[in-house]
Amino acid sequence: MASQAKTGAVQVTGEVVGLRRAGDYHVLTVTAGAIAERTKPGHFVAISVGGPQSSMLLRRAFSIHAAQSRGVYGGTIEVVFAAHGKGTEWLAGLRRHDPLNLVGPLGRPFALPKEPVSCVLVAGGYGSAPMFMLADQLRARGCRVHVLLGAATENRLFGVLEAKRIAASITITTDDGSLGHRGRVTDVLPDLLTRTNADVVYACGPMAMLAAVAKVSSAHGAYSQCAVEESMACGIGICMTCVLPVIGDDGITRMLRSCVDGPIFQGDRVRWDDVGTVPSDALGAPVIGGH
Amino acid sequence: MIRSVTAQSPSSRATPPAPVIDMSTDLAGVLLPSPVLTASGCAGAGRELDQFFDITEIGAVVTKSIMLDPRSGRGTPRMAETPSGMLNSIGLQGPGVEVFLDKDLAWLRERGARAVVSIAGGSVDDFTRLASRLRHVSDIAAIEVNISCPNVESRGHVFACDPVAAADVIAAVRRNTAPGVPVFAKLSPDVTDIVAIAHSVVDAGADGLSMINTLLGMVIDTDTMRPALAGITGGLSGPAIRPVAVRCVYQVHAALPHIPILGMGGIRTGLDALEFVLAGASAVSVGTVSFHDPSAPARVARELAQALADRGFGSLTEAVGYAHRSHTAVPSARAERVYSPDGTQHPREAVEVEDLDPEFEAGAEG
Ligand SMILES: Cc1cc2nc3c(=O)[nH]c(=O)nc-3n(C[C@H](O)[C@H](O)[C@H](O)COP(=O)(O)OP(=O)(O)OC[C@H]3O[C@@H](n4cnc5c(N)ncnc54)[C@H](O)[C@@H]3O)c2cc1C
Ligand SMILES: Cc1cc2nc3c(=O)[nH]c(=O)nc-3n(C[C@H](O)[C@H](O)[C@H](O)COP(=O)(O)O)c2cc1C
Ligand code: FES
Repeated sequence: MASQAKTGAVQVTGEVVGLRRAGDYHVLTVTAGAIAERTKPGHFVAISVGGPQSSMLLRRAFSIHAAQSRGVYGGTIEVVFAAHGKGTEWLAGLRRHDPLNLVGPLGRPFALPKEPVSCVLVAGGYGSAPMFMLADQLRARGCRVHVLLGAATENRLFGVLEAKRIAASITITTDDGSLGHRGRVTDVLPDLLTRTNADVVYACGPMAMLAAVAKVSSAHGAYSQCAVEESMACGIGICMTCVLPVIGDDGITRMLRSCVDGPIFQGDRVRWDDVGTVPSDALGAPVIGGH
Repeated sequence: MIRSVTAQSPSSRATPPAPVIDMSTDLAGVLLPSPVLTASGCAGAGRELDQFFDITEIGAVVTKSIMLDPRSGRGTPRMAETPSGMLNSIGLQGPGVEVFLDKDLAWLRERGARAVVSIAGGSVDDFTRLASRLRHVSDIAAIEVNISCPNVESRGHVFACDPVAAADVIAAVRRNTAPGVPVFAKLSPDVTDIVAIAHSVVDAGADGLSMINTLLGMVIDTDTMRPALAGITGGLSGPAIRPVAVRCVYQVHAALPHIPILGMGGIRTGLDALEFVLAGASAVSVGTVSFHDPSAPARVARELAQALADRGFGSLTEAVGYAHRSHTAVPSARAERVYSPDGTQHPREAVEVEDLDPEFEAGAEG
C-alpha cells in the first residue's frame, strides 16, 4: 500500500548523540531510526527547530552527511551545518540526549553510474556534506573519485582529511588563499575535468557555483548532477515554495519542486539564469495580453 | 513505519484509549466520519501526507485550488517565515483541471479518500467552466470556491473583498454544480465586515463557508533591503492568525447559525481545533502546521476527540457553537466542571458570572 512503502519518508523523534565543531561548522549526530536505513547519498532531512512550542514553524533542511543503520544507538544520521540564523543557532545549542524531530529521508538521491567511470565531486562550503557517502558508493562500483573542495576560507572547508582518505585526487580552493589555490572552484574545474577525463560531475554548493559547474561540465561533455538549495517551507512536496525552472525530456520547461523532484537535478536541465523567475515559455507561464 | 507525535497538548501526555465519542459531522448534507480536513494548498492532493498518516481516516483532503489551465505561479522566493507563521506567494501553481482529474482526483478515488475540490479562477466565466467540468465527475464530496483571487475583469480586485463579485462567483458555481454536492465559499479575512460578505454569498447559494484564507502581509529583508518575496506581498498563515480566524468564525456563526462552517487558521493542536468548534465550526482544516508536523491532521483529530471527551461532550455536534450560549442561561452539568492541567475534573465552585454585554462588537479597541 502506498502509505506503508519502505522507501518513503518517515517522521521520527530522535535523540542527540553528539554535537561537535568542525572549523566554522557544527556536526550533529542524532538517532534517526528508519531514516538511517533508508538514506541514500544526496537525501536530506528536515529538522524541526525551537522545541515543541516553537514559534519557528518551518523545518530546516540539511543534507545527510552520514547514516548508520546499526550500532549502539540503532540508526543514526549526521548533518553538517553553519549556524547563521535563528534555527541553526538553536541547533548549535543542543545538548546530548535532547529530543529532535526529524522528517526524512527526503528528495531524490544522486544517480549512480552503472559503469566504473571517472567522477569529479565538486563542493562549496558545507556542500561537501553529502559527498562522502556518495564517494563511498562510487568507489564500491569501481569508479575513480576526484574531489574538488572550495570555500571562502580554510575554516569553511568541510572534510578535507576525509576527502584525502577516499579520493584518488583532491583539489582545494579558497577565496583568500588560506588553503590550496586562491580563487574559486570553477577556476580550476576545466583543467581538472580534462586531467581526470571525467565522465560524471557531482556538485553541491551555492547556486552560482552550480550554474558554473553545470556549464563547464557540459562544455567538457561530462554529465553533471547538481544538488540545489532552494528555500523550502515543507520539504515534502505539499506547498510549492521550492520551485525552479527545469527542462523536461519533452523539451518543456516546468517549475519543479526541488524537495521532491530534486534536490539533485541534471545540470544541463536546470535553467540556471532563470532561477528565481518563471521563464515566459514555461508551462503555464502568464500569457502576455491574456491572463 | 515510525509515526511520532510531538507532545503539544495535555492529551498526549500518556496514550489514553481513544475516547468513545461521535466525531462525525454534517457539512451541508455531506456526512464526514471525522471533522478534521486538510487545508487547500497545504496538502497537495494528499499523496505526500499519506506517507505519514492514513489519509482515508481524516474527514477529507481539500485539494490545492485548481484552475482551468496549467499555471506556473510566481517567481521565488515564495515564502518567508514569520513569528508563529509564514508568508506565501505561490501564485496558484497547478497542472490545470484536466491533469488534476486524471492524476490527483483519480489517485484519491483509488486510495479511498474523500475529496473536497478547491477551485480558483480569474473571472466568473472561469468559475462557471470549472464547475461545469466537475459536474459529472464522481467522488467529489464538496466544492470549495477560493474567491481570494484577483478578478481580471475588475482591475485585479479580489472577489472575496467585494460582496457583489463574491456573490456572482458563488451563484455561477452553485448553478453549475450537481445538486447533491455542497458548495463552500472560502472567505478572506481582509475585509471590513466579514459578516456582510458571508450573507452575500449565502444569499447567492453557498451551502457552507470556509474561513479563513490568509491575511495579506509583507516582510522586508533587512540585508538586501528589499521585499523578501518575489511577489512582494504574500498571504500570512499559521498560529499567528488563529485569533483572527476564531473571531471570524464566531461572528459569522452568530449571524448565520444554520450555515455549516469549515474553520481554519493556525490550528496546531486539538485544543486549537476545539476553539473553532466552540466558535461555531462544524469541521476544521489543518494547513500550515502540516509543514511543521506532517502527521498533524491525524494528530489534531485524536486530540480533538480527547478534548471533547474531557469536557463531557458525547459528540462533536454538541460542541459546535457552544461558546455562544448565553451567559445567564443555567449552566449545564458539563459547563460546571473545571479542568486542571492534569486533566482531572472538579465541580466548579460557585462563581458569579457577570452578565456580560451580549452584543458582540467587532474591533472594540482602536
Ligand atoms: C536541500 C537542502 C539542503 C541543505 N543542506 C544544508 C547543509 O547540509 N548544511 C547547512 O548548513 N545548510 C544546509 N541547507 C541550508 C539550511 O536549510 C539553512 O541554512 C537553514 O534553513 C537556515 O535556517 P536558520 O533558521 O538558521 O535561518 P533563518 O534565516 O532564520 O531561516 C528563515 C527561513 O528561511 C529558510 N532558509 C534560510 N536560509 C536558507 C537556505 N540557505 N536554504 C534554504 N532555506 C533557507 C529557513 O529554512 C527558514 O524557513 C540546506 C538547504 C536545503 C534546501
Ligand atoms: C503555501 C500555502 C498555499 C495555499 N494555497 C491555497 C490555495 O491554493 N487555495 C486556498 O483556498 N487557500 C490556500 N491557502 C490558504 C490555506 O488553505 C488556509 O486557508 C490558510 O493558510 C489558513 O490556515 P492555516 O493557518 O492552518 O494554514 C494556502 C496556504 C499556504 C500556507
Ligand atoms: S518545500 Fe514544499 S513543495 Fe517543496
